[in-house]
Amino acid sequence: MDNIYFLILRRMRKPLLALVVVYSIAVFGLVLIPGRDADGNVWYLGFFHAFYFVSYMATTIGFGELPQEFSDAQRLWTVFCIYASVTVWLYSVGSLIALLQDESLQRALAEGRFAASVRRISTPFFLIVGYGQTGRDLVRALTSERRRAVVIDADRERINGLQLEKLREFVPSLQADAQSPDVLLSGGMRHHKCQAVLALTSSNEVNLKVALAAKLLHPEVTVICRSDSNDISANMLSFDTNYVLNPFEIFAVYLRAALTAHCLTILNDWLGALRDAQLSEPRKPPAGGRWVLCGFGRFGKAVYRELEGLDCELMVIESRPDRTGMPPTAWIHGRGTEAETLEQAGIRDAVGLIAGTDSDANNLSIIMTARAMNPELYLVVRENNMVNEDLFRAVDADIRMHPSLIVANRIRTLLRLPLLSQFFDLARNQDEAWACALVSRVAALLQDSVPEVWEHRIDAEDAPALLDAARDGLKPRLADLLADLRDPGATLPAIALLHQREGRLDLLPEPDTLVQPGDRLLFCGRTWARSRIRWKLVDPDILSNALGQPERAGWLWRQLQSRLPGLR
Amino acid sequence: MNLEKVVFGFFIFLALTLNFGFFVGEIDNPAHHHVREFVLLFIVNAVALIMKLGDRSQVDAMLLATGLVAMLQLIGAAIIWILAAHVWESGMTPGVMSSIVSLAGGAMVANVISVVLLVVETVTLRR
Repeated sequence: MDNIYFLILRRMRKPLLALVVVYSIAVFGLVLIPGRDADGNVWYLGFFHAFYFVSYMATTIGFGELPQEFSDAQRLWTVFCIYASVTVWLYSVGSLIALLQDESLQRALAEGRFAASVRRISTPFFLIVGYGQTGRDLVRALTSERRRAVVIDADRERINGLQLEKLREFVPSLQADAQSPDVLLSGGMRHHKCQAVLALTSSNEVNLKVALAAKLLHPEVTVICRSDSNDISANMLSFDTNYVLNPFEIFAVYLRAALTAHCLTILNDWLGALRDAQLSEPRKPPAGGRWVLCGFGRFGKAVYRELEGLDCELMVIESRPDRTGMPPTAWIHGRGTEAETLEQAGIRDAVGLIAGTDSDANNLSIIMTARAMNPELYLVVRENNMVNEDLFRAVDADIRMHPSLIVANRIRTLLRLPLLSQFFDLARNQDEAWACALVSRVAALLQDSVPEVWEHRIDAEDAPALLDAARDGLKPRLADLLADLRDPGATLPAIALLHQREGRLDLLPEPDTLVQPGDRLLFCGRTWARSRIRWKLVDPDILSNALGQPERAGWLWRQLQSRLPGLR
Repeated sequence: MNLEKVVFGFFIFLALTLNFGFFVGEIDNPAHHHVREFVLLFIVNAVALIMKLGDRSQVDAMLLATGLVAMLQLIGAAIIWILAAHVWESGMTPGVMSSIVSLAGGAMVANVISVVLLVVETVTLRR
């Protein structure tokens, strides 16, 4: 990379030499040619004055003939000098400026600045490769929680877009090809504060190379990859990539859960939602019956695999079976945008329709046509491009599936709330009645606002007061944390979802569970409940009040007490 | 034979020889140190410095450093000379002349080092 600096210096030689040569000739000429003053005395220009004269002549500033009027011989030489020096000045300075604007030099400078700003990061950060829809969504979410991110993308437009974005944290960004390890290293892949490397480009090959480089150069780092090909996913997993996210797989599993476990899906929607999302109870999807699946590409196949085992009849419509392959069950050749094909697929007595082609226009058209033929249909639509967001919102399908947002959402949960992923893993094994009970508890607590989900670690940084109390032999329980101090007898609007102690996970812990140092707790509830609980964990007086203890003495008083026993 | 190397060597040697020519003589006697010789020396040094730009081996970096040192010393000498000739009322005293010549002497040491480096590099290339 340093090559470019040497190359630029080398290319500066010629313009600089031309400048020196012409200046020297002009100065020597002026020094040698005699001048004549008003009295006819001969005088010579000194080197200093000659250089001064040439300097303003060459730059066409032209102060006139200094220090006194020139003789005609000097003027003749000056005429020659003007043409020579002005030309060489324009040439040299022009080419020097052009060199400084050289694209490769500018890129080298930008890369240097980027590497320097990454090196200066002193808090944990995430290296995000690929700033598409997923990347943008993720960077917004991370920076809004005061986490640092570093972005690399090959597209200049996207990087420009990032720089215009109003983010809470400075996000160093570089336009470069992430397939070269140099770029990844300058992006901080080996930085000791690098928490995770996220490969989110739309190209599976690039993601694969980034994952490979990350595992080779910094084996301890968490690597999260997006991949929508099964081959590449298997390849990534073969060298211990921590998470490989396939949006189609994620969605297919979600859809299956939506059809079989309604309450769990609601829980998933609510707890995984963005802070500003609307809380609504989705329509219950029909169980059993005929489903029409339009499109048998990557998305269609994933959905087919998941729904196959369920108690429903699947009818596939595909326009190019030669490319996608054919499902083992019944299928129809066509696009699904015209009534005739849908009619053949039996849309009138179907219960649901999945518009899953890779064209947004076709998907919208399928939905509109099908709804006209059967208004009762449960509609699932795949959204490919964020640009069409408004159209998809207007068509009002029951489930909208956006690959980029699905991946972004999943990663956000992984990075922000690792306990939430574990909570869902456990919740999936519970029965539907359990999930429905929890849903009604959450709904009663929140009344339409979106729940805030958060984690507390009981450690010196997040819960110093609780650690002190535990050292003094007190045994704080979960109920003490959830008690509302301003309203005796009431509890804060929050539910403890998960309690972790040394690898043991406790789903929906009981109120008298002891909270000990080293524990981790996952809560959901109102935003203000979060700050109340945090207050108890941090402030020793509030905590001792919650535990029914007298107020603790201040530091100074305690010091005095230990020196003067009479004060007790 | 590489013509670029010939030109390169020529200017580096010329810078040293001119520097020596200017330096010899009584240190405080302006008659022994001519202004035109100094200007020539200055220009040749500038050219030699520009020729040293943009090579990337360790020896080339040292050559560039010696060139920068010589140029710095000569610029100092030139400024003192201009001040003495045009600004200060005392004019060109022996004291001023000796400080100019001693600066030029410093530049000469840098030029000697750069010639030695060039010779060493050439000799190691031969082997």
